[in-house]
Amino acid sequence: MSTQQGRPLPDPIKMVTIPSRLDYTITPGEAPTRFLRGILEGRILAERCPKCGKVYMPPRGSCATCAIPTKEQVELSAKGTVTTFCVVNLPFYGQAVEIPYVCASVVLDGADLPFFCLLAECPVEEVRPGMRVEAVWCEPSERKPSLENIRYMKPTGEPDATYESFKEHL
Amino acid sequence: MGQDKLKHYEGVLSAVHTLEYPYTRSVGRVIGTFLAGLREGRILGIRGAGGSVLVPPSEYDPVTTESLTEMLDVGDTGVVTTWSWVEAPRAKHPLQKPFAWALVKLDGATTSLLHAVDAGDEKRMKTGMRVRVRWRAERKGGISDIECFEPAEAKS
Amino acid sequence: MREVAVVSFAQARSVRRDILRNEVEILMPVVAEVVAASGLSRDRIGFTVSGSCDYLAGVPFSFVMALDGVGAWPPIEESHVEMDGAWAMAEAFTRLQHGDIDSALVFCFGKSSVGDLPDVLTLQLDPYLVAPLWPDSISVAALQARAMIDAGLTSEREMAEVAVRSRRDARQNPYAQLSGDFSVDALLAEPCISSPLRRHDCPPISDGAAAIVLAAGDVARGLCEKNGRTPAWIRGLDHRVDAQNLGVRDLTKCPSARIAAEKAGVSAAPIDVAEIYAPFTHQEILLRRELGLDSKTRINPSGGALAANPMMVAGLIRIGEAASRVHKGEARRALAHATAGPCLQQNLVCILEGE
Repeated sequence: MSTQQGRPLPDPIKMVTIPSRLDYTITPGEAPTRFLRGILEGRILAERCPKCGKVYMPPRGSCATCAIPTKEQVELSAKGTVTTFCVVNLPFYGQAVEIPYVCASVVLDGADLPFFCLLAECPVEEVRPGMRVEAVWCEPSERKPSLENIRYMKPTGEPDATYESFKEHL
Repeated sequence: MGQDKLKHYEGVLSAVHTLEYPYTRSVGRVIGTFLAGLREGRILGIRGAGGSVLVPPSEYDPVTTESLTEMLDVGDTGVVTTWSWVEAPRAKHPLQKPFAWALVKLDGATTSLLHAVDAGDEKRMKTGMRVRVRWRAERKGGISDIECFEPAEAKS
Repeated sequence: MREVAVVSFAQARSVRRDILRNEVEILMPVVAEVVAASGLSRDRIGFTVSGSCDYLAGVPFSFVMALDGVGAWPPIEESHVEMDGAWAMAEAFTRLQHGDIDSALVFCFGKSSVGDLPDVLTLQLDPYLVAPLWPDSISVAALQARAMIDAGLTSEREMAEVAVRSRRDARQNPYAQLSGDFSVDALLAEPCISSPLRRHDCPPISDGAAAIVLAAGDVARGLCEKNGRTPAWIRGLDHRVDAQNLGVRDLTKCPSARIAAEKAGVSAAPIDVAEIYAPFTHQEILLRRELGLDSKTRINPSGGALAANPMMVAGLIRIGEAASRVHKGEARRALAHATAGPCLQQNLVCILEGE
């Protein structure tokens, strides 16, 4: 190919990499702030819907079913039940934990919504739904207003919870 | 913001969050040829409907939508069709001193290209002024191979 | 065409930085208010559609989280547009034409304070040849203002007059962010941000949310009668887009707004009130001409986007404000306009009429 003026056209470039970067300053909102202040003290403060009674952990400020604010705080123990899990074998950029590791969905006792966390101190092949687990917190001196204060969940050794007790939360 | 409000905000939790993607894009033949041209220090347009010459080029005519193929060289000098003077550049701006954004209609083109003009002073900017490409010494095949434009007339 | 009316409207007060509340917490009271004001129970709403932009929040799929403020369980029929809520309203209007449902909730939210808005808006430009230079939204609008001034279509003084009128009108609007009495000369003495635009030519950066409820035919009539409002019937609705490349457009014109106005039927009868989404002062002057409005039409009694500009929300607010005038009987025929993209690239026009 050449132009009308007779100069040959260059071979086209096929791909370009154009990085895009934006910086944000995020504030969590009223309910997550209440929650994070609790986490800073090593307490898990979930919130209850005044209408349907569901307990949200972590709370985002609303009941997703009733669309009204949750205000009442409910302190939960750091114990719960594995509802489902996956084993991560794939390395990826920015990975913080050595593979293989377990990412679990855990519903804390008294909560109506499971949350995602790491599960450790347990052979990968022994993890199962219904397994009873508890939080391993970081040292008080290392605490931040972040769920990262729970380093991971580990087995309690209690008998497994029945399927009936957590099937609502799958 | 008043002192009262600042007091109200004291202790609000906040976190810095960066959203960064290394987007890799397939550019297609027309944009790809334009970018390869920039790397060689050439500006290529494309012939559009009704005798138009589109710079930057596009695959389709913006009015008739017909597919376009014929690429041609245009000049690296042109005319400012509109402009805006930025006294305090933002961190991401291409020049970190007062400069103008401008739409530049290059000689031989019928449409305009958006870029920066390094004119030194707002008083040197005016609609219809002639400008010339300042090429970057090291070119990679991107719109930033044009470092900016600069006034092409004799300094006043 | 099935008759559809706006039956209720609610909005959050626009603020520069709603630092204490997250998007769900901003949205929830607005949705609760608009549903209550419609007279429908939440479970009677046939369709829900939202407008928002993930780049504002910096969070992918932020609209999914926003559903926590709407009551989307058990699952509802729901959709989303990555645009201003005015386009979500257009989708709801189209959905109601199917005839199987009678009502729709439209909501939108935007918390611009989280990021650096003029940079965020760069990402709506051509990603290959324009965005890599990071031209900011104010500078891009300034290119259009200069083109209009050069063409003799406006002046910096006339632009300042638009700002003064908008801020003065906004004194009557409890939801506005920027209001008060200003003098044109004092504003013109201020320095430019991106010449020829000064601060007063640009909209404030706002956090906000808004929602409307639409209903069809007799359902709309029944609800409005019960609430003592005149239904605001959508008698015309159209949206159009101009070319994406700024350099191929004549920035002193806006063909997409002109065609949308024609198709929506603006010229069929006089317009009492027009709520125009003109984020920059010169754009109101351009749009007045392209929409075919004369001096008999009252423009932006709310103060418009120059008084409050929550991104993804300010367009739906225009529809809500125009509808409210019809609800109260203050206007018989009103125009609402919304825009998106650089230099008024995309435009939506909606005609609202009382009975």
